[in-house]
Amino acid sequence: MAERLLTVEGLSTHFFTHAGVVKAVNGVSFTLDRKETLGIVGESGSGKTVAALSLMRLIPDPPGKVVEGSLMLGGRDLRTLSDEEMRQVRGNDIAMIFQDPMTSLNPVLKVGRQIAEAITLHQDKKKAEAWEMAAALLDRVGIPDARKRVDQYPFEFSGGMRQRAMIAMAISCNPDILIADEPTTALDVTIQAQIIDVIEEMQQRYESGVILITHDLGVVAEVADKVMVMYGGRTVEYGGIDEIFYNPHHPYTWGLLGSLPRLDQTEKTRLTPIKGQPPDLITLPSGCPFVGRCLYERPECRDQWPALEIVGPEHGVHCWIPEAERREIRATLPHFQEYVA
Amino acid sequence: MSERSTSGDIGAADLVAGAGGEVAMAGDRLAGTKPLGLWADTWRRLRRNHLAVVGLGIIVVFLAVGMTQEVANLAGVSTGERGAGYLAPYDPNAVNYELSPKGLGSPPSWSHPFGTDYLGRDVFSRTLVATRISMLVGVIAVSIALLIGLILGPISGYYGGWVDAVIMRTADIFFAFPYILFVLLIMTVLGPGLWNVFIAIGILSWASYARLTRGSVLSVKAMEYIEAARAQGASDLRIIFRHVLPNTMAPVYVAIAMGVGGAIVTEAALSFLGIGIQPPNASWGKMISDYLSYLQVGSWWMLSFPSVFLVVTVFGFISFGNGLRDATDPKLKE
Repeated sequence: MAERLLTVEGLSTHFFTHAGVVKAVNGVSFTLDRKETLGIVGESGSGKTVAALSLMRLIPDPPGKVVEGSLMLGGRDLRTLSDEEMRQVRGNDIAMIFQDPMTSLNPVLKVGRQIAEAITLHQDKKKAEAWEMAAALLDRVGIPDARKRVDQYPFEFSGGMRQRAMIAMAISCNPDILIADEPTTALDVTIQAQIIDVIEEMQQRYESGVILITHDLGVVAEVADKVMVMYGGRTVEYGGIDEIFYNPHHPYTWGLLGSLPRLDQTEKTRLTPIKGQPPDLITLPSGCPFVGRCLYERPECRDQWPALEIVGPEHGVHCWIPEAERREIRATLPHFQEYVA
Repeated sequence: MSERSTSGDIGAADLVAGAGGEVAMAGDRLAGTKPLGLWADTWRRLRRNHLAVVGLGIIVVFLAVGMTQEVANLAGVSTGERGAGYLAPYDPNAVNYELSPKGLGSPPSWSHPFGTDYLGRDVFSRTLVATRISMLVGVIAVSIALLIGLILGPISGYYGGWVDAVIMRTADIFFAFPYILFVLLIMTVLGPGLWNVFIAIGILSWASYARLTRGSVLSVKAMEYIEAARAQGASDLRIIFRHVLPNTMAPVYVAIAMGVGGAIVTEAALSFLGIGIQPPNASWGKMISDYLSYLQVGSWWMLSFPSVFLVVTVFGFISFGNGLRDATDPKLKE
């Protein structure tokens, strides 16, 4: 049994705005073990990033607030830590890689200085020592000529190299948990694969747990051990990578997978997009947030959020449709034909 | 597939090279022209602006003159008769009635290039010594204003909320008062004297720097690298002064250049009104005020030289400030 790093239970984060309460995250639970990669997928506005920022306690307050839940890191609940203790957690225990490498580095500071600063914040190191470490880290994430590169400014780096530098900064204090918030979205497709490789390599080396937030199911399929599918601020389904891709139970997961092109698709078929728009997070229905877009909606869906149904080892789903019926419906979908047999 | 095959072996080589692809590209750029840093680039564009270069020249000359006087002053060199070792050839405060027949001074001559004033004092020496005062006012008053403004402005913008409201409404109060009247008020409270002039002007100009930086901070604090710094566990103060402030400085440099000119004018105005520099010490404003009445009786030299010095200096600072603004404006980049 691997070491459990993080246990999140019933996390709810709401934003109290003039227009009303935006319920960005509602009762999300997940765990993360050492050396494990959790993929959080969902479309824009599904609460992926807010969930991650809640972990770091980086939700701007006001208007945002973690209203419920426990965030256990080791033996400590992150919600009860003081601001000062939380600052020690950030970067040291939990580090984050951001989406856009072009804007996540301070343009007026040398790259080496920014990494060295992250080091001196948490470790008792002299400036020169930290600088040496920064050069070594840049080298480790695959930046050639790192000794010269530490002395350069971000504008002298390409996008892929900046993301590498961001990774170097994130791993500089050997964090237990690495949160990567859409780390490849802003990059070229060719660079994306390299960056994912670097993240995986660093995970192996530092034995961290990785939370990978993305809407790219391809990336998830490649690196994640388990997946959490979010919609409208709720977890609709979670499970091991194979379970989610080959035995999905929630209509939303079907929709996500059905809207992806497949390499083994022989006949000419159109991709099936999920019709409609994501829900307004202020006026969420009390039931399942997917109502209105779900093709298999039932009367009870609107009023009550279905309880967690365990459908396999480490595989759970929130859906009112009975399991047998779900399997029948899935068997009719073109995307899942071959699994039925 | 067809696209790939047209690019042929180049594409394949790229794919094989893997990590090499992006690196090679960046490497080419390095091998070619090295991109200029912010200051090198600014300087390159500033140099093309002749007016700004003239302004910079004026600033350098006057600062040098001011500093020479200051050093001499600190070293305790007494200004004796003729050539005491630094720029002013005579004691600027030495009264010599022989040089002021009929109390109207004497016109410029070889021994007194700017003439002498109604007390027979050498106008050239006085003007040079006054340069020190003006430069001191410009530098120190603006430093005081910057010290206050660059602390309160970023804090105001970064924290927002009631902190912002309190600081910015205070700034509004400072803007709302008629400037000279407010300086007069402070000077009356503090009493006349050189340091009080610095303090009064400094206290009065902080608001514009605070407002300027607050505005920039508002835009910078939404940048992702600020959130990245926070995710590293950086403290608020570190974020404000290490990550936010340096990214908001470009407009401030321009404001400094302009502000020094403004402070010099304000000191001149205060001295003209009689609450700045106290006699017998000289400042340009004090000299203008003292010598104004002698213009009517034909002693033009007393008034002309300090006035010209004042105008030229302020012109220097303002044209340099203008040039600096143009040079740092990315929209004007070619």
